Amino acid sequence: MKPELLQLILPSTWESLYMTLISAALAYIAGLPLGILLVVTDKNGIRPLPTLNAVLGTLVNLLRSVPFLILFIALRYVTSAIVGKAYGARAVIVALFVAAAPFIARMVESSLKEVDPGVIEASQSMGANTMQIICKVLLPEARASLLVGAAISITTILGYSAMAGIVGGGGLGAVAINYGYYRNETAMMWIMIVILVAIVQVFQEVGLYLSRMVDKRIR
Amino acid sequence: MESANEIIRIEGLNKTFHTKDGDVVALDDIHLEIAQGEIFGIIGLSGAGKSTLVRCMNLLEQPTAGRVFFDGQELSELGRKELNEKRHSIGMIFQSFNLLMQRTALQNICFPLELVGTPKAEAKKRARELLALVNLEEKENSYPAQLSGGQKQRVAIARALATNPKVLLCDEATSALDPNTTRGVLALLKDINQKLGVTIVVITHEMSVIEEICSRVAILDHSHIVELGRVEDIFVKPQSQIARHLLFPAGKKKFKFGSGGRCLRIVFDGLSSYEPVLSSMVLECGYPVNILFADTRDIDGKAMGQIVVELPDEEKAVHRMYAYLNTQGIRFEEVKDL
Ligand SMILES: Nc1ncnc2c1ncn2[C@@H]1O[C@H](COP(=O)(O)OP(=O)(O)O)[C@@H](O)[C@H]1O
Ligand SMILES: [Mg+2]
Repeated sequence: MKPELLQLILPSTWESLYMTLISAALAYIAGLPLGILLVVTDKNGIRPLPTLNAVLGTLVNLLRSVPFLILFIALRYVTSAIVGKAYGARAVIVALFVAAAPFIARMVESSLKEVDPGVIEASQSMGANTMQIICKVLLPEARASLLVGAAISITTILGYSAMAGIVGGGGLGAVAINYGYYRNETAMMWIMIVILVAIVQVFQEVGLYLSRMVDKRIR
Repeated sequence: MESANEIIRIEGLNKTFHTKDGDVVALDDIHLEIAQGEIFGIIGLSGAGKSTLVRCMNLLEQPTAGRVFFDGQELSELGRKELNEKRHSIGMIFQSFNLLMQRTALQNICFPLELVGTPKAEAKKRARELLALVNLEEKENSYPAQLSGGQKQRVAIARALATNPKVLLCDEATSALDPNTTRGVLALLKDINQKLGVTIVVITHEMSVIEEICSRVAILDHSHIVELGRVEDIFVKPQSQIARHLLFPAGKKKFKFGSGGRCLRIVFDGLSSYEPVLSSMVLECGYPVNILFADTRDIDGKAMGQIVVELPDEEKAVHRMYAYLNTQGIRFEEVKDL
């Protein structure tokens, strides 16, 4: 019984982590620049571009307002075109990416907006250009908040990935739903829940720890 | 009057902010010339337009109308890249210091050098020199959160000087500091002005700051320059209500100036101490006076003082006092309201 259980738990945990981390990484590749653009092109930003800002903002809001499961289903043809099939972990990654990128963009946006406008102004007064302000002021000054945001984003993505279990995604969510819902083996479901909670906790704590560690505003 | 050594020249400057609640005219028809090497003060009450004016000097604020010249170059003619290059020769410090919170003091000073591509080792060396200049060598690895207000402002000054600017703009640089720290920072600014020949523009709402270090001052009131001249002259002969108001520190203003009585403001220009003058005047005229306000300061190296006395009711006595002061060559004016 024990080894069988482990054989179920380990691969599905791995699969969940794999889906979550890969899609988080991909979503950051898109979401980070998007978040930066949202801040920079804001009407009070360092390079105001109201039209672009409005377009990006609307796009982000549109994607954010589609519930993840519906997005997953709506994207199934796109997904199969990209990864070859519309179910399984790799398919979930596509949908997670689409759902998480705008979420991350908003997280990044709110972190960057916490940077003291006075500091940005000071760097402008020193002749910093837009790129220098982004790379040397906005991102480093916001790093603590960005790390907290990353922890929140990753745990949110983990939650989405578990949800995808119901429509043929893999990982802990799929096991929990298969056993807990279809087979009515609640014990198995609870094990999965505990593992999910533990993973969320670990990401959260590690994120907060790193954030505190890099934050020099605290004495 | 075109003078060869002017570093900043402002012509017909207007700045209007378009807000939801209508237009706000922050600056109107400002003309100003700041000479190379001087310490120029801009004083006014909150909301007068001081920050907007100083921000127009490095184009952090785009003027609505008028022209701003820096070192003979009209700033608004410059492209983005050229403007950024120009800004390397205009340092600026702020009331809230605006240091990078995630960088050490040394790294903060290296920041403007990184912007211009100075090699790392060289930048560090220069930053250490600047830390020595502002007397903070031992704080090189401290983060801003570990520094006091005065220390933070010193780091900010060092940072602003890193690229050898010709001008240092100071927007309420001492307004967040206690009087002692303020004195230290002002002394440092004066030192920098003398040692490095950096032109300094000081924005403040405190007359004491102007008196301490400025040679010339512009008084800004409701978007206009209402007085402009040498600090001594304005101190001795303030023309505007606002100048008089600024001359009297807020804390000492709560006197009731006679119940409708006339008051006399007597100014001492450092040649004599005011006490003997006043007692001689009282002895000479045979009438006592009530001292309402007295203050002496050091303006640009000269001891200056002023007192406000309540005049006796008798016209004869007043005339005698006027005559006495005139014979002594002491400047005075009758004031009703401060
Ligand atoms: N960005 C802005 N938008 C709208 N109004 C502004 C802005 N900046 C300054 N003002 C207005 O311009 C006037 C002058 O402001 P400011 O230059 O900051 O004055 P001071 O520095 O003398 O206190 C004030 O009435 C202020 O409300
Ligand atoms: Mg101001």
